[in-house]
Amino acid sequence: MTRQQRLFEVVRTGLAILIALVIALVIILVVSNDPGDALSKFLLGPLDSFRHFGNVIELMIPLTFTGIAISVMFSAAQFNLGAEGGFFIGAIAASFVAINFSLPPVIHPIVAVLFGGLVGSLFCGIPAALKVRWGASELVSSLMFNYIAFFFGLYLINYFLRDVNAGAMVSYQFKSSALIATMIPKTRISFSLVVAIALVIAAGAFMARTRWGYRIRLIGANAQFARYSGINTNHVVLYSQIIGGFIAGVGGSLEVLGMYTRFTWQTLPGYGWDGVIVAILARNNPIFVPIAAFFLAYLRIGADIMSRYSDVPNEFVALIQGTIIILIAASSFLAKYRHRLVFKEATQKASPAASPEAAQGAKQ
Amino acid sequence: MIQMLSIIFNAEFGYSVLRVTTPILFATLAALISDKAGVMNIALEGIMLISALSGVVFSALTGSAGLGLLGAIVAGGLVGLFLAYCALELKTDIILSGIAINLMASGGTVFALFLIAGDKGISSSLASKVLPKINIPGIASIPVIGTMLSGHNVLTYVALLSVIAVFIFLYRTPLGLRIRAVGENPGAAASVGIGVTRIQYLALTLSGMMAGFGGAYMSMGYVSWFSKNMTAGRGFIALAAEAMGGATPIGSLLTSLLFGFFDALSNTLQLMKVPSEFVNMIPYAATVIGLVIYTVRRTRRDRLAREASGERASATAK
Repeated sequence: MTRQQRLFEVVRTGLAILIALVIALVIILVVSNDPGDALSKFLLGPLDSFRHFGNVIELMIPLTFTGIAISVMFSAAQFNLGAEGGFFIGAIAASFVAINFSLPPVIHPIVAVLFGGLVGSLFCGIPAALKVRWGASELVSSLMFNYIAFFFGLYLINYFLRDVNAGAMVSYQFKSSALIATMIPKTRISFSLVVAIALVIAAGAFMARTRWGYRIRLIGANAQFARYSGINTNHVVLYSQIIGGFIAGVGGSLEVLGMYTRFTWQTLPGYGWDGVIVAILARNNPIFVPIAAFFLAYLRIGADIMSRYSDVPNEFVALIQGTIIILIAASSFLAKYRHRLVFKEATQKASPAASPEAAQGAKQ
Repeated sequence: MIQMLSIIFNAEFGYSVLRVTTPILFATLAALISDKAGVMNIALEGIMLISALSGVVFSALTGSAGLGLLGAIVAGGLVGLFLAYCALELKTDIILSGIAINLMASGGTVFALFLIAGDKGISSSLASKVLPKINIPGIASIPVIGTMLSGHNVLTYVALLSVIAVFIFLYRTPLGLRIRAVGENPGAAASVGIGVTRIQYLALTLSGMMAGFGGAYMSMGYVSWFSKNMTAGRGFIALAAEAMGGATPIGSLLTSLLFGFFDALSNTLQLMKVPSEFVNMIPYAATVIGLVIYTVRRTRRDRLAREASGERASATAK
């Protein structure tokens, strides 16, 4: 991508977000009795206290994990939507280890998180294996596996890990050695943040600098070309989704061990779907995922604060999210300008009085 | 086990299979229509949710179940049209458009429900209407079959008749021929003057309307209220059912009945002491297994066909 094209993508993303926010504004104006207050809560609420901003960072962590998981799978053009189930079942696997194992601190959460990741990769890997082996649509089977992961997970919690004395449908308390310590006091931001940052760097390097990552991107760009150039596409399709599932499972594990002392979810948390939005915003590039995750987390927390202090329910964020997905993924959105840009560049390169940079590009 | 068998071989079980099959069948036919035009409608889940809410709201506003149904169908058609606009005009990948619509539907219906009914979970404060049940004269008095087939919600019969209607529409009308032509080979269809985009617009709109029937059934027949995310993946199951049914109306009916069977079985097993979480898993697990069996058979058939034609080719070469 040239610098101009990159700039174009930034402008396009910004415009899509702007349009979505205008839609949000219109909704608030229509719905609320005090739109000014609701709007300021929505846009500025996350900044009004240390705790609220902490909430944004807390939410950003799981979104980073599912965003990268989806990015890796979408990069190989695999529409595996199992990150949702992988995240959930990974969290349950980690809870199992956190409750039943006795291990020294630091080692305990590491074992739990790795186990969660393994189980997550299993759940995302099965649809991939079915696709590779028999050509069953990974889209449909991964959607089914989300429900299977959900109900199977609830079964494990309610029959093996449930604390009957707790009064609610929750698991036993995690052993204290398994908990991931809080990193920033007065918030619930745990050391998961460090893992998330490490993951961003690792995944970015993996996708951009290793041959495995290159193969994933190549298959996403042109699967037939990849096959003809001698790449075993089945292997790549399989490992891209196993890696994606692993990341989702690790994300779920870190979430429960870092934020809670028991397993308490009774519904799917929805972070897998949010990961789709994050991945689309970040153009499947792990390096951009934290920015997208921060943006989405900010929107969410803003909407939560708004719904607490005003008369607008927070679910309206879903409408903004949908609009952003459609506009950013829309290839004809601003396509005319892209055309003009490409045309200008091409003519510049063709003319002899081109800039040195363009001349270099022409030589290649 | 014996207890289970006695539950399954029971006229009332047959009745409940048809009852739970209805929404899946509508959605499967919806998937079929769009698939025939070469466009995948993954937004069925969201469309059914929106239609389910629209049905409740319109029937409460107008006091008429019929107008509620009409509202649900129109809403479904409009969302189908919106999907077509995103995919065909804005050129957003149709799967991403579908995901976006599903997300908007699951949050947006709760948002709308809160504004209209003041509750984020259920629409019980709205005085919505229910579509009537119908006793079929003659059949109702036959012992076992009567119990199974008679006394269903009117939409259950509409769903069964829709199988025939969709068959006639796709295979016996000029428009149906065009839809299939576009789905099979858009280039060839365009070369004989068929407006490919227009046909796909139409197919997605019709698909949305068909899913609208399913949504209306959920909130005005299956139960008498709208609740948050009440479709519970039926739109996704329908995608699998359509693929497994070999993209034909009759196949769609059979696979929908199969999923309906497992759905009904899970409802029944809950009454016995099987853990409900396990039981809830059954329809989804059955879908995956069914999908795999279907694709295994398809690849084998394709391979046999390829080998057969290969032999023929080598025979002529000799």
